[in-house]
Amino acid sequence: MKKFSLLSTRAGAVFLAPAAALVGVFVIIPFFWVIFVSFTNRTLLGRTALDPDFVGLQNYVALFNPATFFTRGQFGFSLVLTIQFVLLSALVGQALLGLVLAWLSQSVSPSVKAFLQTTVIAAWILPEVVIGFAWFAFLDYDNGTLNMIMRSLGLPPGDWLLQQPFWVIVFFNTWRGAAFSMMLFNSAFQSIPPSYFQAADVAGATSWQKLRDIALPLIRGHVVTDLILITMWTFNVFTPFLLTNGGPSYRTEILSIYTYRIAFKDFEFGKGAAVGVVIMLINLVFALAYLRIARKKTAEAE
Amino acid sequence: MRKGIQSLLLGVSAAVALSGSAIATDLDITCRCVVGGVNSGTAEWIQKKIIPAFTEKMKTQGKDVTVKLTQFGGEDEQLTQQLALDFSTGAGPDISAFDGFLIPSFVQGGLLKPLEEIAGPDVASWDGWSHIADGTKALMSYQGKPYGIALGTDARMIFVRRDLFQKAGLDAESWQPKSWGELLDAARKIKAADPDSFPLQLNAGVSMGEATTMQGYWMALLGTGEQVTDENGKYIVASQGILDTLRLYKTIYVDDKLGDQRAQLLADGRNRTFANFRDGKTAMLVEGDWFYRSVTAPGAEFAVADRDKVMTWKKMPAAQPGKGLRGQDFVTISGGTGFVINPHTDAPKESWELLSFMNSQEQLTAFQEIQPAIRIRDDVAIPNSPFLTETAKTLLPITTARPNDANYNKVSTEIQRMTESVVSGEMSPEDAMAQYKAAIVAIVGEENTVSRL
Repeated sequence: MKKFSLLSTRAGAVFLAPAAALVGVFVIIPFFWVIFVSFTNRTLLGRTALDPDFVGLQNYVALFNPATFFTRGQFGFSLVLTIQFVLLSALVGQALLGLVLAWLSQSVSPSVKAFLQTTVIAAWILPEVVIGFAWFAFLDYDNGTLNMIMRSLGLPPGDWLLQQPFWVIVFFNTWRGAAFSMMLFNSAFQSIPPSYFQAADVAGATSWQKLRDIALPLIRGHVVTDLILITMWTFNVFTPFLLTNGGPSYRTEILSIYTYRIAFKDFEFGKGAAVGVVIMLINLVFALAYLRIARKKTAEAE
Repeated sequence: MRKGIQSLLLGVSAAVALSGSAIATDLDITCRCVVGGVNSGTAEWIQKKIIPAFTEKMKTQGKDVTVKLTQFGGEDEQLTQQLALDFSTGAGPDISAFDGFLIPSFVQGGLLKPLEEIAGPDVASWDGWSHIADGTKALMSYQGKPYGIALGTDARMIFVRRDLFQKAGLDAESWQPKSWGELLDAARKIKAADPDSFPLQLNAGVSMGEATTMQGYWMALLGTGEQVTDENGKYIVASQGILDTLRLYKTIYVDDKLGDQRAQLLADGRNRTFANFRDGKTAMLVEGDWFYRSVTAPGAEFAVADRDKVMTWKKMPAAQPGKGLRGQDFVTISGGTGFVINPHTDAPKESWELLSFMNSQEQLTAFQEIQPAIRIRDDVAIPNSPFLTETAKTLLPITTARPNDANYNKVSTEIQRMTESVVSGEMSPEDAMAQYKAAIVAIVGEENTVSRL
């Protein structure tokens, strides 16, 4: 790769300075501040708000205390719940559904394809508060649309938000996020030369064989990118809060909601910061994996 | 040309407005109140009485003051959350509605300042203090210093629907339960008469917030002769009283299904319990007098049709006669909400003038016309409201209050979690109490707790 510059180093630095200052003030300083706070018992209300003590690793030890780790409403419970949530809604749900939708839309007529994509993308781009309320209304026990349908079919109505809250947020997140995977796979499929498929057609391959033997191996890089990105997003998503508030009894309290509760409902800033640091570390792992693959892809392309 | 004149005029008027605002003061006031919604009466009072009268009064003193009311429609907990974050960053309204039990924790967190420190000697010289009893002054005070002024006090009781009692062959008039057993018997009879009903409602769960602790847990716990803290101010973390209270919850919501379990667990639970009462599904609801004054008042969202014929009230019994707090047969608890001044206000003097104006005899009397309540001032009568006169006379002598302690609101949250674990059927009363004990020890330290089992 040939090195060249559009601007002198000094001019470049001048142009970068405002952005660097903003990043410094709003990202770097808070980052270290959060780490610092996580070693204190700082709160918003009460004595420890004005006069916090340095407690060392106490917050972290409390998070990973084996006696309470898996108790509902504790860090470990939320962590396990989040992993299940990511596996089911991001990997199985969004990625698989997105892949199926993208594959199906390769062979349907353009008008069907346009309709399909518009519907899926609409679920993705609508504001969160709007869809939160819409789903709440959809699932309501007494007057919800879903139970109206169930009753009209002669089926017993379900108390979805209370009895199956976890599956509700899994289903919700799948519905909400499948669009990204679909679009990514769609463009990946289109990058495959049509002649490959035409040759396979001549050989009498089924759709499944074409997907398995031609399409998937060729878009492997896209699949990995997609999986890492949606894992990271789902890991941090907060929208299920709009549906369940993390309840009933913490059964949908994924890590983002747990952090919110500790820091901004219980006002335990120290403990909340410790949770935040752990989440940052987990995200860092995802981000490094993503960067590594992206770098490898660029290297392959050159 | 015409355009030129117009823009000139605009410019001049803008300049006048700007120079005007240099001496004008803007005051913001926030409450959980919405005209036509929650606490509609308070919103109306501020909007229609306080603001015009106050701006007029200030004008006569040569001051230009604008007051803006922010009507907050969310839950109590959300307003608390917002105020805590606002006050900690120097933002927020000049005057805000506030629940007295939060004052100690806000004060210790440095988020509130005594009224005198904010507004100076004007506070001490206010003539209103002489009409406010020490007990009600204490509702918004901490360590002897007032941080705000309570609008009044309240009391809790069982609200009863006569029509549902009648359907079950019970006479609501002569009925006054003397023990939890009698309370449950009536609920079971009503349930038998109408299996789809949820005859008895005792608040539980996290989403109802302090309404769970005050209207539910305390009302039962006091009936066992205990309180949340002992006589030395230590938190009781294991006791027969806690177990009995949790068992009562279990009977109501899990074993006998006398109450609407879903309403305790869903995010909008409290409104559901109001709707249940309005719709004739709940015959007995333990609530504060606010339920009568505001929630079921004519024109409100949960207005009970023909209220004074359909609704009546009963005292909350102790678990057994004579087993209640201080050996009482009946129990209740009181709190107080009022208004505080934001320590970061730009206009401390004017804020105090507004706060004291709101609590003047004239303005509180005007409030009584909109929404009668037990007011703090001894020179403000309870007008023509037999309900309030009667409840105040019967219940205030036997009432008690929450501990004035900075840890109380955290403990209260744990109480809500403990009751939720039981009513959702996830934990036995024993396990829920053990979890509560662990949580409270973590909050206040072992040395500030006491086990009685």
